[in-house]
Amino acid sequence: MNEPVTAAQSSIEKTRPVSSWRSRIRAFYHSSEAFKGYTLLSPTMLVMLFSMCVPFAMMVVMSFWSQVGYEFDTDFTLANYSKVTEGAVYTQLLIRSLWISAACTFATVIISYPMAYYVAFHVHRRKMIWIILMTLPFWTSYLLRIFTWKVILGFNGVINSGLIGLGLIDEPLEFLLYNPNAVVLTLTHAWAAFAILPIYVSLEKIDRSLLEAATDLGDGPVARFMRVTLPLSLPGVIAATVLIFVPTVGDYVTPALVGGPDGLMLANLIQAHFGIINNWPGGSALAIMMMAIVGIIAMAYIALTRFAVRNIE
Amino acid sequence: MSSKQTFINIDRVSKHFGDVVAVDDVSIDISAGEFFSLLGPSGCGKTTLLRMLAGFESPTSGEIHIDGKAMSEIPPHQRPTNMVFQNYAIFPHLNVAGNIAYGLRKDKLGKVEQTRRVDEALEMMKLEGYGQRKANELSGGQQQRVALARALIKRPKVLLLDEPLGALDKKLREEMQLELRALQESVGITFIFVTHDQEEALTLSDRVAVMARGDVLQMAAPRQLYNRPVNVEVASFIGQMNFFDAQVVDVQGEKVVLDTQGLGQVKVASNGDLLQKDNRLVVALRPEKLSLSLQREVQDHVVRGELATSAYLGDRSHFFVSLDGYDKPVEVAGQESGLSSDRALERGSEVWLSWAEDSLVLLPAP
Repeated sequence: MNEPVTAAQSSIEKTRPVSSWRSRIRAFYHSSEAFKGYTLLSPTMLVMLFSMCVPFAMMVVMSFWSQVGYEFDTDFTLANYSKVTEGAVYTQLLIRSLWISAACTFATVIISYPMAYYVAFHVHRRKMIWIILMTLPFWTSYLLRIFTWKVILGFNGVINSGLIGLGLIDEPLEFLLYNPNAVVLTLTHAWAAFAILPIYVSLEKIDRSLLEAATDLGDGPVARFMRVTLPLSLPGVIAATVLIFVPTVGDYVTPALVGGPDGLMLANLIQAHFGIINNWPGGSALAIMMMAIVGIIAMAYIALTRFAVRNIE
Repeated sequence: MSSKQTFINIDRVSKHFGDVVAVDDVSIDISAGEFFSLLGPSGCGKTTLLRMLAGFESPTSGEIHIDGKAMSEIPPHQRPTNMVFQNYAIFPHLNVAGNIAYGLRKDKLGKVEQTRRVDEALEMMKLEGYGQRKANELSGGQQQRVALARALIKRPKVLLLDEPLGALDKKLREEMQLELRALQESVGITFIFVTHDQEEALTLSDRVAVMARGDVLQMAAPRQLYNRPVNVEVASFIGQMNFFDAQVVDVQGEKVVLDTQGLGQVKVASNGDLLQKDNRLVVALRPEKLSLSLQREVQDHVVRGELATSAYLGDRSHFFVSLDGYDKPVEVAGQESGLSSDRALERGSEVWLSWAEDSLVLLPAP
């Protein structure tokens, strides 16, 4: 009987200083709202720090170096940037990248909106199943999906052999694959779910009595859509646009596989700088320039739409 | 009311949702300029009926005529009705002026005329200077005014109100009731008002239809509804009521003798077919129609009881009195004055309840 008691006593004595230590930490933890926040953020922050910020900083530093054979010349130089801004091929590829990505964003939002609208307003039971079905393309690998499009669009692909089989054409159509259109098509298919979900959420949030109020005040279905549904779903549309535009500008797998020579984008060139061209500083400068331009465009777009929404009345 | 011409004619309208009958063969005539209320507990079909008037639901059978026109083929956005929604449904992306002007788009008014109409509406609703505010910057009462202004600016023939005061606190609600009534009188539009609050319905309306289970139980002016309910359900829904089971034991020419559970034998004037010998029925008596005293002051229409409990309500008190042969205490509303000075009024003390003969309401046994 005696032993456990003394053991417990001794353990209390031992823990006493520790517990006051703990309580001091706890007091500090609870006293600072900001500290609490950083603690909660810390796993993500660590990942961001080591996998994004550090490599990015390295890239920024490297973009002011120059490549000498397999070595870097670490003297500060702006040569990479002046080369990027002066070279016509870079500008051309950048414009093409922006153009393809804008077209893809536009197409994705246009085809996703009706789908999201349908699920939000006309599906009443098992909405979740519809949402899951819409993410179905993501159940297979990205590469596999691109190759599927190659099979569909190719010279001896599904569309061409189908049309030949039907006797509608004599020779395979060549404009289907290896051009910017194929890139837009493939990217649109790949990114549809990223547009459907935010648009769906913003449509789902619209109070149905607002739609009835618009009808009650004399609006037919079209006027009601333009005056209530669309403005109230704009946050979802804006989110979808940014969510698709930013990553597709930098995509290089799709243009490399289905783009052909006319469908190549700036990211392919960046990749080449780190590969066969073997000019890492040049590639870094190119990547940073592209990032800055995309960032400026995205921010300008958000500001513009905010302004438009505010003045919609 | 009956002398006025029928403006809205709800003709044997039913609405089924699958197996659920929300509105069951309802016919109501409402005249122009009337303040008409649909009163009932939730799920009684009152809102469904209102939504059928607005055009958001179409009747399974029956027809609604407004101003002589059948409504079944007319979509909601072309009906001569406007609605004030339960949650007000203020457009969050528009400011107050934008909300109020929303319905004027089709009228193709000039910018000047539109601004004038909006300013007029803001003034009528005492919202001057609020035109540029956003909806989420308004209080509940202000939102309600915006919703009213938005509907009234269309100058509808009928204004439909779906429990518009439900979200307001008591004081504001009473204030808005008075304003609403004054507004209706000044604009002269027919108001159809849905509520589950019987006090609100009685205060506001020219006529009230009491609904339950998709059916109209009684349709009458507030005073008649309160004093002459047609059955136990209406009587218990409108205000407080004591019910006593009764049976006709004797018919004596003009008078009928009832044997009641609690009130003993009472004599009432013989009118109506309820009063055949041996008929079972229910005698109902409002708490304020009973008077309480410590001595037996009258010979007839009086019964002895014992005070069970009392509740002090400020301007009056409610006493609960146990009667012999009656299982739950009878509620009596009394002025606090005359009785509070009596120290003898403790729990268990002997009291006498009396009533006027014509205050008894005879209802069919359920």
